[in-house]
Amino acid sequence: MNKIGVILRREYMTRVAKRSFLIMTIMVPILIFGFYAAIVAVAISGSSEKQNVAVLDNASLFNGKIDSTGNFNFTIIKDQILDTFLQKYQQKGYGSVLYIPPLDLNNPGGITLYSELQIGPVAQSNIEKVVNNAIENKRMVAANIDPEKLSKIKSDISIIPKIGKGKEFKKGSSEIAAGVAYAAGILIYITMFIYGMMVMRGVMEEKINRIAEVIVSSVKPFQLMMGKIIGIGAVGLTQFIIWIVLMFVLQLFLPVLFPSLGHSMASQATQTPGQSPGALAAITEGLKYMNFGLIIFFFIFYFIAGYLMYASLFAAVGSAVSEDMQEAQQLTLPITMPIVLAFVIMTKAATDPSSGLAIFGSLFPLTSPIVMMARIPYGIGTTVPWWQLGLSMLFLIFGFICTTWLAGKIYRTGILMYGKKASWKEMWKWAFRS
Amino acid sequence: MNMLEVKGLKKYFATQKAVDDISFSLEKGSIFGLLGPNGAGKTTLIRMITGIFYPDEGEIIFDGKPFDPVNDVTGIGYMPEERGLYKKMKIGDQAVYLAQLKGLSQSEAVKKAKEWFIKFGMQSWWNKKIEDLSKGMGQKLQFVITVLHEPKLIILDEPFSGLDPVNSNLIKDEIYNLSKKGSSIIFSTHRMEQVEEICDHIILLNKGKKILDGTVGGVKQQFKENLFSISLEVAPATIAEESFEIIHQTDKRLIVKIKPGFAPNDVLSYFIGQKTGILSFQEILPSLSDIFIKLVEGTPLTRQFQPITA
Repeated sequence: MNKIGVILRREYMTRVAKRSFLIMTIMVPILIFGFYAAIVAVAISGSSEKQNVAVLDNASLFNGKIDSTGNFNFTIIKDQILDTFLQKYQQKGYGSVLYIPPLDLNNPGGITLYSELQIGPVAQSNIEKVVNNAIENKRMVAANIDPEKLSKIKSDISIIPKIGKGKEFKKGSSEIAAGVAYAAGILIYITMFIYGMMVMRGVMEEKINRIAEVIVSSVKPFQLMMGKIIGIGAVGLTQFIIWIVLMFVLQLFLPVLFPSLGHSMASQATQTPGQSPGALAAITEGLKYMNFGLIIFFFIFYFIAGYLMYASLFAAVGSAVSEDMQEAQQLTLPITMPIVLAFVIMTKAATDPSSGLAIFGSLFPLTSPIVMMARIPYGIGTTVPWWQLGLSMLFLIFGFICTTWLAGKIYRTGILMYGKKASWKEMWKWAFRS
Repeated sequence: MNMLEVKGLKKYFATQKAVDDISFSLEKGSIFGLLGPNGAGKTTLIRMITGIFYPDEGEIIFDGKPFDPVNDVTGIGYMPEERGLYKKMKIGDQAVYLAQLKGLSQSEAVKKAKEWFIKFGMQSWWNKKIEDLSKGMGQKLQFVITVLHEPKLIILDEPFSGLDPVNSNLIKDEIYNLSKKGSSIIFSTHRMEQVEEICDHIILLNKGKKILDGTVGGVKQQFKENLFSISLEVAPATIAEESFEIIHQTDKRLIVKIKPGFAPNDVLSYFIGQKTGILSFQEILPSLSDIFIKLVEGTPLTRQFQPITA
């Protein structure tokens, strides 16, 4: 099939050589990386800006001693009247004044924070926590409870999820799995649409330009269709591979850009047990236990097979319309519906990967590329049994052969029909007659 | 030796007998006119010959062997009426690409394309895009692409539409050239004067059937109406003669129709007997256009849709 090769090469080269392809391919990972880097930068630098808070403790809630927490440096101010102190606190280097009036411990009230700028909700709740702790301590003393004893009694544990069978258990993280599941499902959903539409526009272009008849006098319509589908699929695959490589390389730069990151991660890792590690460390830890090799492998399989299945249908629609993009939109509805349905099932499967709906969706060929990709991050051989995976892949290959055969017949007739748009009824006839 | 033989070709669509039992043959090196009103089945017939459609019935013999749509298409160059090229692709790349689809290797295709571009004075077009070309330039390019791979059979559907006389002649000369080199050419058009000028042999289709087949000269003979034009030295007075009647008279020029059973010599001897000086005497043959209209007229020009039970 030398001619498919010639067509494939043209389809591939004309698209890859375009400037928009280059921009998309290079910019997307850099954008994602930049976003990620920004989050990390904020996470690291968050604690640098301290605010000085003057505390006028008229209830002696803090017994003259207060620990600084988070972004706040607390200083107890003694022997000052509120009204006069408010005139001069800024000159003394304080950002705000926390005023605690003489309190009834059973019914505290009137605690006020004075500042020039609006205080954020997180900062407010942090300060509230500090005051609440102080009040609780006072109450405990009043009730003859030793605060130190109580803190020893209190328990704060976190569960370590491990997934597996028999003797083999691996550490897993349901949040991370769900995150990767969503990402994989959405990525396959978007790419299927983008590349499916690209095939449809390509077919329409050939029909509208009237080059279709010139070409089908040299090659069979089926060869033209397959050459186009495979060529555009190869463009998508190239894009993925560049993305994966770029992300991998960029990720190596992360410690170089943020030298403090390695340090802070190390310090978080060596924190005393019992304390929960930082969120960033948790993500890094969780990602370590994902089998990315296998996930990427299945992603590429489901992308290729799912793409081939839908692309041929998009090609059939492209061949049936003439001129008008709006006509195309009407006719694509029956194709886009199962994709959207798959997306809906995927959002459920990403959080509940073993539900009946998720299993059905991951086996049914029209939805399986998207739904199965949302289940795979939860673990192959465990959450997704091998038999389901095998069956799903088999069904998908069978589905793609069916749609390609069907689409080939519609395409053959449609590509040479000029003048009017074909209805689905007519396309059905083209597919099953002769 | 025939380049192409078509025997009893049929193609029925759901509502039309597009091609209904058509046979003809095409000699090597001949230029063949495929005529017919709109919707006569020309395009369907051509699509079967180019392997785009499979016939329902009948046989196509290409270069002595049964037509094999997969391999024989490399020997055919087809310029459809509905033609076009990729708008965004460089012209040179486009020519090479389409030649490769016809089975040429990349290097061969580049070499041939360059030769033809030089021949047609289109070297500077190589890196341009179709968008930059005028309609006529596009037409010229399309012709080059059609014949680039040196096909044995060239099918041209309305090749001159949109071309100025200079470029028309350029392509016409090239058509003669190709036929001299042994390529057979099928030429489909509505422009009868071009057919008369270029073609050796014609067939006329109407409503899917072949209604006329022959050489241009032969067809004209077949449809002649025994009309002659005579120029005389002096305008005759009244003419009473049983061998002919006057169809039209302008001063000293007469158009006469010879009655059945008489010969041109009877006309001449009448005027010689009248002592009238004869300046010229010439047979008037019908133009293809006249024949076309005569044959097709009366049948409804637009085909009606009808259910077919084949």
